[in-house]
Amino acid sequence: MVIVFGQKPSIIASAAVAGPLERKSVFYSYFDSVVEDERWNQATNEQGNVKMIQEACQILLNKTGLNRLDIDFFLAGDLVNQMTPTNFAAREIAASFIGLFSACATSVSSVIVACLLTELGASQYAIAGASSHHNAIERQFRYPIYYGSQKPATAQWTVTAAGFTLIGKHNPKNPSIVAATVGKVIDYGQKDPFHMGAAMAPAAYDTISRHLEKRKQQIKDYDLIMTGDLGKIGLQILKKMFAETGATREECNIFRDAGAEFYGEDPSFLAGASGSGCSASVYFSYVLQQLKSGRFKRVLLVATGSLHSPLTFQQGESIPCTAHAIEVTME
Amino acid sequence: MIFMDFLFAFIIGGLICAIGQVLMDVGKMTPGKTLSIMVVAGSIISGLGWYQPLIDLAGAGATIPITSFGHSLTQGAIAEAQKHGWVGVLTGMFEVTSSGISSAIVFGFIAALLFKSKGKVN
Repeated sequence: MVIVFGQKPSIIASAAVAGPLERKSVFYSYFDSVVEDERWNQATNEQGNVKMIQEACQILLNKTGLNRLDIDFFLAGDLVNQMTPTNFAAREIAASFIGLFSACATSVSSVIVACLLTELGASQYAIAGASSHHNAIERQFRYPIYYGSQKPATAQWTVTAAGFTLIGKHNPKNPSIVAATVGKVIDYGQKDPFHMGAAMAPAAYDTISRHLEKRKQQIKDYDLIMTGDLGKIGLQILKKMFAETGATREECNIFRDAGAEFYGEDPSFLAGASGSGCSASVYFSYVLQQLKSGRFKRVLLVATGSLHSPLTFQQGESIPCTAHAIEVTME
Repeated sequence: MIFMDFLFAFIIGGLICAIGQVLMDVGKMTPGKTLSIMVVAGSIISGLGWYQPLIDLAGAGATIPITSFGHSLTQGAIAEAQKHGWVGVLTGMFEVTSSGISSAIVFGFIAALLFKSKGKVN
């Protein structure tokens, strides 16, 4: 389903915060804050995740001079069971809150919901975004970090980062969201949770091709089509899928992936970054700043998410995936 | 020849670890599955009487890998079964291995008191 936003809600401000290891990120200089302590000086990693969300939202408010009581909606999610970090952060933010789970695609699904509420006239200011905390997510999905478990080269590295945006009424000085595609759930039967790029690439392909078709656009109409966390291998699969359906090499170069680029070429991060904070922190820092500076005029942000749990993997089920897209333009 | 001891410890120990690595990389086994397979394999090989010669040959090369835990389980069960009959299978399994299990708990507890787990920093 492709949604066209007639009123073009704008991204009034954005904030990205990251953990200490994310100093190594190629996007480091675009982040608003990088914390020294991976637990944000809290007792547990999960509490650190809560602090990270709160810090990002506070930076967002500071940038706009708004008070937390001015915020109508808080729309966000993370990857911990029952999304407790986001739920717990929401009690401080004190806006009407809906927790959203699209796994690593939450960065974009939350913006889509914020845009719908803005179009409806229900929201003047809405905060949308997502976060992930490496240590908390590794415990959630794989093994506690102190277990020191090995991962194959196709695996990805969950980032410790959060990215949040403030969505409001149209303002020509800011990047605006003109359309969105809500992803279907695609499952090609991939079962390996250490190879999620391969599982998610078909979902990204489906969402991007439907968006272009319904909007009567071509790949060339975009300065950038950036997927969330396909990683180095998943991005190659996506490019190959488009190349096989007629995209030129030049067009394929428009495709980039936040996860594939996040940690540069460092092989200790395996196939690249992942996590709901990956796309959120890159989209809502680097990409928005490039839009504001005029380097990009039209971008398609396609956050990808794999919708499995540790239990479904243990029970031998395949990994269903989704991808949500927003088309962001700068006038 | 002490050098030959080192050499066999290196070869046999390395071989057992290489099997584990192949299970993970080629067999796509999770660490949990790999661990269980290695313990069960050590236990069966021990029951066939092949593990002790391996220890005699390679020393720590055969006692340090987790397969040796399976070996201890089997040997404990066999030894007690000879003394007390079938009930010895149940009581004997953890007789030899109890020190290993207890020290995992005790040292794990001490480490948890003294240190805090940390993620990758560099």
